[in-house]
Amino acid sequence: MLKFIVKKLLEIVPVLLIISFIVFTLVFVAGDPVALMLPDDATQEDINNLREAMGLNDPFIVQYGNYMLGVLQGDFGDSFRYNTAALPLVLERLPATLELAAASMVIAILIAIPFGIWSATKRNTILDLFVTGTSVVAKAMPNFWLGIMLILIFSVTLGMLPVSGHGTWQHLILPAITLGTGIGAEMTRLVRSSMVDILNQEYVRTAKSKGINRFFVVYKHAFRNSLIPVITITALQISTLVGGALITETVFSWPGLGQLLIQAVNTRDMAIVQASVFVIAILVIVMNLIADMLYRVLDPRIKY
Amino acid sequence: MSEQITTVEKEIPYTQVKKQSGAGKILKSLLRSKTGLVGFIIVFIVAFIAIFAPWLAPFDPGAMDVTKILKPPIWIDGSDPAHILGTDNLGRDILSRIIYGSRVSLLVGISAVALAGIIGLIVGLVAGFYGGIVDMILMRLVDSFLAIPNILFALVFLAVFGASVPTLIIVIGVTNWVAYARIVRSEALSIKEREFVKAARSIGVRNPLIIIRHILPNVISSFIVISTLSVASTIILEASLSFLGLGIQPPTISWGGILSDGRDYLATSWWLATLPGLAITITVLGIIFLGDWLRDILDPRSQGRG
Repeated sequence: MLKFIVKKLLEIVPVLLIISFIVFTLVFVAGDPVALMLPDDATQEDINNLREAMGLNDPFIVQYGNYMLGVLQGDFGDSFRYNTAALPLVLERLPATLELAAASMVIAILIAIPFGIWSATKRNTILDLFVTGTSVVAKAMPNFWLGIMLILIFSVTLGMLPVSGHGTWQHLILPAITLGTGIGAEMTRLVRSSMVDILNQEYVRTAKSKGINRFFVVYKHAFRNSLIPVITITALQISTLVGGALITETVFSWPGLGQLLIQAVNTRDMAIVQASVFVIAILVIVMNLIADMLYRVLDPRIKY
Repeated sequence: MSEQITTVEKEIPYTQVKKQSGAGKILKSLLRSKTGLVGFIIVFIVAFIAIFAPWLAPFDPGAMDVTKILKPPIWIDGSDPAHILGTDNLGRDILSRIIYGSRVSLLVGISAVALAGIIGLIVGLVAGFYGGIVDMILMRLVDSFLAIPNILFALVFLAVFGASVPTLIIVIGVTNWVAYARIVRSEALSIKEREFVKAARSIGVRNPLIIIRHILPNVISSFIVISTLSVASTIILEASLSFLGLGIQPPTISWGGILSDGRDYLATSWWLATLPGLAITITVLGIIFLGDWLRDILDPRSQGRG
């Protein structure tokens, strides 16, 4: 297991290098930020001095090298909007995003597992049709629209939950449902098809024919095995989850990374954009690694 | 009996017979699959609306009328019969705006998918066929793109290059090729081990020709399936970016943009944010149905699953 983790961690290095290179190149192409940083009445000399001081006159490779040296020390440069280092600003927003992502994942699992199993065991009934139908529609809905519709129903019309903000569990409900629904729909489809495959297997039939309680057959024999493909593909959804969080945060004014990032994109605050990309990439990779380890635990047949 | 067959073969060349029966089979299968048919009809209608928008829209989608602001749809009291789906905060006709919005959605959806598909197809074929160090480097690139949500990459590109329809197409195309590359690569990996590829190689056919003549035709059906389903996710991505104010910019009309405008009037005029979202959902649903049906007929391995 340890060997496997070390190997996976080593694989992260080239991935992060490539990401940093792409993002740095893009920012380099975008032109220098000096014009945005100085007051309007700055003279050409001021601009030149600042460019020289920031190393913007160096060749691309030198700039990239300096940038990477900074990154290794956790220095992504200063945000010119907040006038402080970018990384702490990003990290400060991270817990709120993680909170939202975790709550959404819980909701997705709470939807997917019971409904997926239920519709697999009652294949081609009205219930099954309802579950598969609903999950396709849920997948087709843009999550920001679902969020707005939930606000319209539960906040504006019924007045049950707050429109936006962060702090209490009431604030968490609507954003978590918004983000969790799409992923839950995808997972439901997966759990269902995986369960259908497994319920048709010999050992399940044997268990049934031995007269074992139906509940035990479904949950003890079939369910655990059906989880393996579900976890594999759910790991691929992590990127979607984080991407969705960026949008959901904007809809609900959730004070997470997404809100900060979108503001930064609007104001072209590239230090924050770069730091966010890095933090999100590491987050996605680490979550994938956890999923990888989890299905190795579930399926002892997989060798490291 | 044998005479009859020969006469048929004389009258219609063999290839033509095969083509006709293929098209007939597809049509039959479409009529048999309820969701496939529904998907096809939805996609057909949306495409029709997008193409003929200037003739179908009852009003100029940008025309403001301050005397008729925030009118509800006709089935609600206080509506204006001329504006079937009501008007927005500037008195613009919602129906006309939704009709015109379909253009951007389909244009960006289809062009971005075409671009992503071409990049992914090339990367996948090259990585899968040549293997070795080329494969390793390309797959590390794929991993890097996978570690970052599409929308995040798109945001970085848009921050750098600014928003416009062409940039948006390029941005989405460049960020979405990974899915194609992975699938095409894995198909190419298995196909290149098959007998007919080995046979082609043994008689000295050059590699690029093998890729084009022997590998490409065999990966094309899974390629079509992912492309179709990708149009759906691309439309959602474009709408999301436009909703965030970073995608399509006014005065160009997009569903995401109309939705974003409507968000400020949620308490008083719910239809502004509701209707464009409904348009997106129905369109995406149609494409998903069509894609699922295509997968069933093109990919025999997926049959009988779920």
